Amino acid sequence: MINFFEVNETNKMIEEENLDVRTITIGISLLDCISPDLETLRKNIYEKIERTARNLVATGDEIEKEFGIPIVNKRISITPIALVGGAACKTPEDFAKIAETLDQVAKKVGVNFIGGYSALVSKGMTKADELLIRSIPLALSKTERVCSSVNLGSTRTGINMDAVKLMGEIVKETAEYTREDDSLGCAKLVVFCNAPDDNPFMAGAFHGVTETDAIINVGVSGPGVVRTALEKVRGESFEVLCETIKKTAFKVTRVGQLVAKEASRLLDIPFGIVDLSLAPTPAIGDSVADILCEIGLEYAGAPGTTAALALLNDQVKKGGVMASSYVGGLSGAFIPVSEDQGMIDAVMAGALTLEKLEAMTCVCSVGLDMIAIPGDTKATTISGIIADEMAIGMVNQKTTAVRIIPVIGKDVGEKVEFGGLLGYAPIMPVNQFSCDNFINRGGRIPAPIHSFKN
Amino acid sequence: MKKTIITVVGKDTVGIIAKVCTYLADNGVNILDISQTIVQEYFNMMMLVDMNNATKPFGDIADELAKVGEEIGVVIKCQREDIFDKMHRI
Repeated sequence: MINFFEVNETNKMIEEENLDVRTITIGISLLDCISPDLETLRKNIYEKIERTARNLVATGDEIEKEFGIPIVNKRISITPIALVGGAACKTPEDFAKIAETLDQVAKKVGVNFIGGYSALVSKGMTKADELLIRSIPLALSKTERVCSSVNLGSTRTGINMDAVKLMGEIVKETAEYTREDDSLGCAKLVVFCNAPDDNPFMAGAFHGVTETDAIINVGVSGPGVVRTALEKVRGESFEVLCETIKKTAFKVTRVGQLVAKEASRLLDIPFGIVDLSLAPTPAIGDSVADILCEIGLEYAGAPGTTAALALLNDQVKKGGVMASSYVGGLSGAFIPVSEDQGMIDAVMAGALTLEKLEAMTCVCSVGLDMIAIPGDTKATTISGIIADEMAIGMVNQKTTAVRIIPVIGKDVGEKVEFGGLLGYAPIMPVNQFSCDNFINRGGRIPAPIHSFKN
Repeated sequence: MKKTIITVVGKDTVGIIAKVCTYLADNGVNILDISQTIVQEYFNMMMLVDMNNATKPFGDIADELAKVGEEIGVVIKCQREDIFDKMHRI
């Protein structure tokens, strides 16, 4: 039987170390909603999502109560809308109307985000893909809970540089459209290389076309738990350090697996995957940067940061993989700036720069995340930053992403407040040298040689 | 069987076990095992109970037990055993 010590350990993780299940996300296929008539399509989408997800929030709350573990978010991911809306939408405004429908149904079922206002253009853009992308600024400014993502490249296809160029402009435009809210729209817009089909985390969640009709994906969390466990092994060797992270990740992931299976049973929707990501929040102690400090760095960004992050990410996976029957999604440590107090402190102290963050993304998921930059940054510069990140993903056969926020009207030295889980961020300086001629070439970067494994 | 762990932690006082057990008996919850210690004047109790024949839904019992705890100055938590089992047993 379970003993006192074990019960207390679990409850201490929950009460003092911010252990929670970060999200239960239902993936819903909208392929059967397709209609050439926009109004019929919107009606089909609304009804399918409402029907599939109507019990999600209540079920999440019930599980939360029975196990005594917070389930922070209940969310929905859907088939990329560029595929669903292609037959009905002839203008960007048409697509934006679908976004409004998504926002309405998200509010109806009570989820805080719905992801999948997306296009997959890693090799080329269809007319529908391009219309959807051009509608993103309008869609994100008119909605509250819709998240958008665009896959711009993959190891198998190379990088679609036309789309990279376009997305630099779209990020800027989205910032302009939502300037009243400190360019908040960009916090709900992410671009990917090698985007996974089963990611439960926002803003990049979508329900891939390889997936079944509806599925439950769960994202666990627990940076605070890992950090507390590491406090007890200060000064010990890397062997002890790594074993401690592995064991802790195992425990955290088992909770995710339990919650995922229970949600699947109660909602009668198949279980998909557990995403092993260490996802920080702005809450004190719930920080990936703090783990790096506990490993032995003065601040995240100090020399040694990339190595520390690499071992952290690897041990989390090694511990987590055995704890879950199916692992997927992004599965790695997240390093968002605004959502992690330790990262914010590191930036403020001058320890962490955009370039160091880029290096860190080589060894962890997911990419340059929630980084605020000056509002007057050129679109081509943003495209250049995106291209660099896509190249890291393409060559290393991993998922990389960029969620960057050019805050209109603000400059280096100022701060921007997004509120809630999105936190706040200092505006970080960007390399001022031009990459215009590189971005303006047009076309695609071919797939790397090691993608030809057949 | 829907096994549940109830933990009671707080400053020791007269009648904690009586209050908790009375509530459980009144609501059809069967106690399978109790272990209890006092650590530095702090009362620690863990109960394994069976809620299969409980007369109220799980959520109500958890809320009401928390209230009973407030009345006597202890923290009472009620959680399905699975969360501990899954975390600490392979």
